[in-house]
Amino acid sequence: MTDTRPRILYCNCTYARVVPPSVKRDVLRRLSDSGVAFDAVPDLCDMAARKDPALARIAASPCTRIAACYPRAVRWLFHAAGHPLPDDGVDVSNMREQTADEVVERLLADTAPAGEAR
Amino acid sequence: MSKTDGTNLRVVLYEGPGSEPFDGDARADALAALLDNGFEVTRPALGGEVADADDSPVLVLGRFDAETAPADRDRVAFRDVTDRSADDVVALARDARDETGARALDAWKPWFPVIDYDRCTNCMQCLTFCLFDVYGVDADKQIQVQNESNCKTDCPACSRVCPEVAILFPKYKKGPINGDVVRAEDVQREAMKVDISALLGGDLYGSLRNRQREARERFSTERDESRALLERKRCLTKLQKDLDIPNEVLMSLPSTEAIEERAARAKAKLARRQSESQSVKDRDAPAPGPTEDDWGI
Repeated sequence: MTDTRPRILYCNCTYARVVPPSVKRDVLRRLSDSGVAFDAVPDLCDMAARKDPALARIAASPCTRIAACYPRAVRWLFHAAGHPLPDDGVDVSNMREQTADEVVERLLADTAPAGEAR
Repeated sequence: MSKTDGTNLRVVLYEGPGSEPFDGDARADALAALLDNGFEVTRPALGGEVADADDSPVLVLGRFDAETAPADRDRVAFRDVTDRSADDVVALARDARDETGARALDAWKPWFPVIDYDRCTNCMQCLTFCLFDVYGVDADKQIQVQNESNCKTDCPACSRVCPEVAILFPKYKKGPINGDVVRAEDVQREAMKVDISALLGGDLYGSLRNRQREARERFSTERDESRALLERKRCLTKLQKDLDIPNEVLMSLPSTEAIEERAARAKAKLARRQSESQSVKDRDAPAPGPTEDDWGI
């Protein structure tokens, strides 16, 4: 059976000031409080430059939600890392343009908060 | 070690059996501090998916029962963070990173071109334009970014000369170079900027060399130092403005002699390849394809 639980990835864009800090902070706080599982990385660009194998696992998930920057940039960053994202099942929220409310709503849509941590 | 080598330490904020959950502020503060200091963080939760484990070393932080963390095993370390501040958590992560030999972060700005292959036509403009060997070609002669860390921070000049707006710098301030949607007017605008090359006679570097030579001749004949310098400054300012090249990059450009040497090397390679092809043809055998080196200048 195919696992369609969304895998959430948050990019902190640590090494540049292109994402509004208030949006980053708000999204991260609400993810942290949500009780859902997620991975957070300092900087997707850095991981792509290093061809980080963790990107392969994220790319392999049939349902991925990513909070980062422009979807075109995210898509080709994964490709540059040698781990292209699948054509379907990936939703990228753009923290450079969208509000924290919009981003969090898309990340957490239809995800039941965990009753307890595992 | 290059800026792009090595494996990161992965930090797991554990709140499962055998531990107490973090309170909201402590978890959020630890998360933010770890990310700001370059650590990858996973927050697992019941019923949720996170990236699988790999060969990267892992540090598991939790408020373990009796404040006793489980014993370390293989490449997984456990630390109790009961009543620890976010700064303490970062210090623990730094120690674990040093102990496991994970990559120490240089806090570099990951600045390098990313190719949008939906738009790229493999015209090689970027490869011929970039003087820092960032680009190369793969075995199928497809353009690719090969030396990310050679790229000059904040310089988007190669994306400016791309006629198809196919080169992204995700950390650039403006679209479409930052990855924003490419609109018809963007293509037109970028094409106008590309025309700078045509305006200068089709060969940007050749034109720069000619201008330099002309300026030198003018200087020697007219003995007007300030006029020659002003002309040179005017040309460089226009080029810098049109291509958005940072000052530091202009300062680090190879000298005219180095560019000429590269061009001579490329020409020699081409001649050698043609000569080899001819020899092979003479033997009635298939000609060898160009190697990756043949494309680099």
